[in-house]
Amino acid sequence: MNLPVLKAKDFESDQDVRWCPGCGDYSILAQMKKVLPEIGATQEGTVFISGIGCSSRFPYYMNTYGMHSIHGRAPAFATGLKSTRPDLSVWVITGDGDALSIGGNHFMHMLRRNIDLNVVLFNNSIYGLTKGQYSPTSKVGSVTKSTPRGSIDYPLNPISIAIAAEATFVARSIDTNIKHLVATLKRAAEHKGTSFVEVYQNCNVFNDGTWDYAKNKDTKADCTVELEHGKPLIFSGGTKGIRLNGFQPEVVKLDGNVAQDDLLFHDEKAASPQLAFLLSRMRHPEFPEPIGVFRDVQRDTYDDMINAQVADAKAEKKDGDLASLFAGGETWTVE
Amino acid sequence: MISVSDQFPPTNKPSESVTGVTVRLAGDSGDGMQLLGTQLTNTSALSGNDVATFPDFPAEIRAPIGTRAGVSGFQVRFSSEDIFTPGDGLDALICMNPAALVTNLQDLKKTGILIVNTDNFDKKGFKLAKLDTNPLEDGTVEGYRTIEVPMSTLTRGAVEKTGLSSKLADRCKNFFAMGLVFWLYGRDVEPTLRFIEAKFSKKPEIAEANRLALKSGWAYGETTEAFASTYQVAAAKLPPGKYRNVMGNQALAWGLIAAAKLSDKELFLGSYPITPASDILHELSKHKNFGVRTFQAEDEIAAVCSTIGAAFGGSMAITTSSGPGIALKGEGMGLGMILELPMLIIDVQRGGPSTGLPTKTEQSDLLMAMHGRNGESPLPIIAARSPADCFQTAIEAWQVATRYMTPVMILSDGYIANGAEPWKIPDVSDLPEIKIEHPGPNENGEPFHPYTRNENLARPWAIPGTKGLMHRVGGLEKKDGSGEVSYDPDNHQHMVETRAKKVQMAADFIGPAEVFGKDSGTLVISWGGTYGACHTAVEQCISQGVDVGHVHLRWINPFPKNLGEVIAKYDRVLVPELNNGQLRLLLKNEFVIDAIGLNKIKGKPFHVSELMEKIHEVSAAATV
Ligand SMILES: Cc1ncc(C[n+]2csc(CCOP(=O)(O)OP(=O)(O)O)c2C)c(N)n1
Ligand code: SF4
Ligand SMILES: [Mg+2]
Repeated sequence: MNLPVLKAKDFESDQDVRWCPGCGDYSILAQMKKVLPEIGATQEGTVFISGIGCSSRFPYYMNTYGMHSIHGRAPAFATGLKSTRPDLSVWVITGDGDALSIGGNHFMHMLRRNIDLNVVLFNNSIYGLTKGQYSPTSKVGSVTKSTPRGSIDYPLNPISIAIAAEATFVARSIDTNIKHLVATLKRAAEHKGTSFVEVYQNCNVFNDGTWDYAKNKDTKADCTVELEHGKPLIFSGGTKGIRLNGFQPEVVKLDGNVAQDDLLFHDEKAASPQLAFLLSRMRHPEFPEPIGVFRDVQRDTYDDMINAQVADAKAEKKDGDLASLFAGGETWTVE
Repeated sequence: MISVSDQFPPTNKPSESVTGVTVRLAGDSGDGMQLLGTQLTNTSALSGNDVATFPDFPAEIRAPIGTRAGVSGFQVRFSSEDIFTPGDGLDALICMNPAALVTNLQDLKKTGILIVNTDNFDKKGFKLAKLDTNPLEDGTVEGYRTIEVPMSTLTRGAVEKTGLSSKLADRCKNFFAMGLVFWLYGRDVEPTLRFIEAKFSKKPEIAEANRLALKSGWAYGETTEAFASTYQVAAAKLPPGKYRNVMGNQALAWGLIAAAKLSDKELFLGSYPITPASDILHELSKHKNFGVRTFQAEDEIAAVCSTIGAAFGGSMAITTSSGPGIALKGEGMGLGMILELPMLIIDVQRGGPSTGLPTKTEQSDLLMAMHGRNGESPLPIIAARSPADCFQTAIEAWQVATRYMTPVMILSDGYIANGAEPWKIPDVSDLPEIKIEHPGPNENGEPFHPYTRNENLARPWAIPGTKGLMHRVGGLEKKDGSGEVSYDPDNHQHMVETRAKKVQMAADFIGPAEVFGKDSGTLVISWGGTYGACHTAVEQCISQGVDVGHVHLRWINPFPKNLGEVIAKYDRVLVPELNNGQLRLLLKNEFVIDAIGLNKIKGKPFHVSELMEKIHEVSAAATV
């Protein structure tokens, strides 16, 4: 049988995209449209659910089912949908404010439940839609509309949070690193359970250049390290590596005095999350920031289990019958 | 084997026939009063009485033992007549300790019987109840027929041969009390024996001890000279049929399950535990074989949002809570409303504001249900009027939700939720079929327009997975028809008006208001759980010659179409509510009438006598 082959274009809705010219969101949208046909997704079997924010306009631009919900709550909508419709492929699109500020609670519970969702967090370290206030991922001292003297609250690290919340799939990518982003989204889609992908996204209007170190040709090799399962952490064009010194990672020069075997080897399948957590703590400028898959392990999914309980109950007690439900227990008859 | 009638011989004392009896069992939260009350209720119902109950317990799970705060009560009325309330004054009050006595005595009729467990009437008991003197001796109980029974001592003696520790033996004293009460009212012990058997099947020694305590209480009644006679309450003349007892939350849960079945849907509940709504979650979670999925969310916001997600996917989706949780759901409910997806939002009201009185009843969320969302966001609202009515309420609410494609709010309250009454089990084939259509696949390649409307202004419920119907919904205003995001001023006005009109159109479905009683003089308008008290008060006032009629509203938004005409026939309108005048405000707004309020905000239901007094007062005031 010849299945009709979908193209990226088939996933494009008829709506005009309304992000600012130059916004990093465009690239993520383009890569998503590319990924979906490659993973065999269908238009009708795919649902995008978002919260509120610039990033959360995403579902309008996809020719799939979609819901632009309310601020911070996309994980909850997606949970209700996926629990009742496990046949659908459900994506959650969120921002750093949406997921980690107003939606922090839902974000955490979605991850620990391990519902089979794919979550993409567009991290621009700013509130874009409300025109430029600092966000939970903004660095201390960020001068924004609401923090003229610099922000004073310590930022959250999305990857660390996800790992601490028992996430089974955690990855990071970059809006303009097209190949890497495509590969990462595919991996996320393949994973069964909640897949969490943080994407460094540039808001060229309110927080331009915040990820430049990780994106620019001249600096990215030195400022990022690509994670590969089973491989040592090597970066800067093969000239530097990461080695463990006790519990601490350290940058070492690969100048012949360090053996490859002494470097830290990545293991995304490690049962315990320690290594993934340690990697998540490597931040610019002290360390190159890891991109790629931090963690990819298997655990039963909430949607499978909730449906299994229904199936088991039906098998054990037979399909519910109203008359016997009502007549169960003590009854009496009035003549 | 010894037969039950050998162990619980019928009384040799004279037996007086009475039409009905109201009994309250009051003791410490740990004394098992709720269990005793439930047994008495079920037994009475099984013997054919009409029954109504009013459990009243503290918010704390284990409030300090022996204190006034720790008193838990269960009131049950059983009658040979059709009754609508658990009764005003008590015919009998059973008190397990001094705190129970001083907090409940005021409700005992002067002619009533007071039975006390004297074992707890000691210095310690008085101190815990903050009493300086023994209420049995200081004149407090003067004038009441007081029967003093050392229940703990007698129970210990009765169960001695089982070898239970005195601590465990003491726990059986509620069964002793039960035996005594059952003897007094000639109740059948068999259902309770079956209950003991089932409940303690894994602990035969406890089962035996409870049986012995029950028997000892029964025998005590027969032997003590304190009781000269017993009482008999004949079966009530209820319409023929098969009956069972139901509690409000249980009936609501079953109504939801039935509605799902009748509409051929699987049921999804997103909920976060809260008193007095949690029992709906508990009940539904037991019935997974009906295709029920229950999701205990991380908070009420996630609960309502998961509900909307499930509704989008085509399930019959429900969220349940009480006032504080409904407040949290506000934004989500607004989204459900603008998405125009069917779902049910259930508020089992309790005393507010804020945490308020968690275990007490109130009707104070009506205005929140009407107006508690940002923007213009009306929703249909139906309020159940009694425990058994919850069943029908759930079905009707789902009919309206699916017919007009809108979330519907169901209001219940703590009084209905925990109260019990006989329910005539419906014939399943008599229940309405609820037809729901989802549009099928579309192969023509044209974009699908999710906001086109039918004659009910309902939009199509197109569900993900359907080929060619891909569409996006969201909280931004959308263009009628295409559903595209639209900031067009005229479209916004049109959409706001359309969504409001849809709710008003539900009046076609709900039918006219029915009047009970006279059609001139005073009109009593009530809603929700006060139905029984209002109905009874109006009935009795009419028999006393008062010109009074009664309309009880089940649907509050929209009002029945004829309500204005009905109101116009009367000289005055009285609106009794367990709040500060919320329905009264809505009526004033809609019909420009100055209704008279009777507003009780004490966490307790109305007494029939309070209502009668007010009806007499307003009717008499008008005649002079
Ligand atoms: C309940 C609520 N509170 C506040 C807002 C206003 N609001 C909209 S988006 C947003 C922040 C979005 O930031 P982020 O999630 O980082 O998304 P971005 O725009 O940066 O993509 C805020 C505060 C809202 N829509 N709803
Ligand atoms: S404000 Fe920033 S994040 Fe929002 S669309 Fe413009 S560039 Fe993108
Ligand atoms: Mg942002």
